[in-house]
Amino acid sequence: MTAKKFMFVNRKAPFGTIYALESLEVVLITATFDQDVSLVFVDDGVYEIVKGQNPKGIGIKNHAPTYRALDGYDVEKLYVERESMQARGLTEADLLVDVEVLSSAEMADLMAEQDVVLSF
Amino acid sequence: MLHIVNKSHAQTTSLQSCLRLAKAGSALLLIEDAVYAATVAGAAGSGIADAMKTLKVYALQPDVEARGMTGKLVDGVTAVDYAGFVDLVAEHPNNQSWL
Repeated sequence: MTAKKFMFVNRKAPFGTIYALESLEVVLITATFDQDVSLVFVDDGVYEIVKGQNPKGIGIKNHAPTYRALDGYDVEKLYVERESMQARGLTEADLLVDVEVLSSAEMADLMAEQDVVLSF
Repeated sequence: MLHIVNKSHAQTTSLQSCLRLAKAGSALLLIEDAVYAATVAGAAGSGIADAMKTLKVYALQPDVEARGMTGKLVDGVTAVDYAGFVDLVAEHPNNQSWL
């Protein structure tokens, strides 16, 4: 089977909805099938990979460490849109994983070359 | 690439982000509450008026009719029925439904 290029577009903050966690689940499933997986973080999705998350007090499991485990599944293509990051007062140093920061135009190019784009 | 948006531009930032990340020459299909963005009253504020310079914009006619917006779409937006929706998906190599 030829690997397809899958992009997961994360645009939601981590705890207000189930989207962030569901995205992670599907990413791991997709990686299991040896597909070419990219994760992108746009808009509030950037908050998903901010360091220092501690949801203990709101009774939700902290799924942030999972992002650090992704390279164990050969998921190494993580991208952040610069505009979204800067609009939230964040820099790469605030993020818990290594990412490639892209301009909106670069992100648009990357998106256009995918076989499958899934929104979360 | 085909971009699909289903939320009102006044309610969420989906359309705004889509317009920021859609490459020139892409297609944009507005469905459900997103059709308001293509009305004469909404097109400037929603960014659709500007976007039409570089994107091909479609609106799903049943959703336009359901909302009483028939005849209120801005010039240059192409209305499509459900079969047209299917054609758009089939014609483009990939697509994204913005949530």
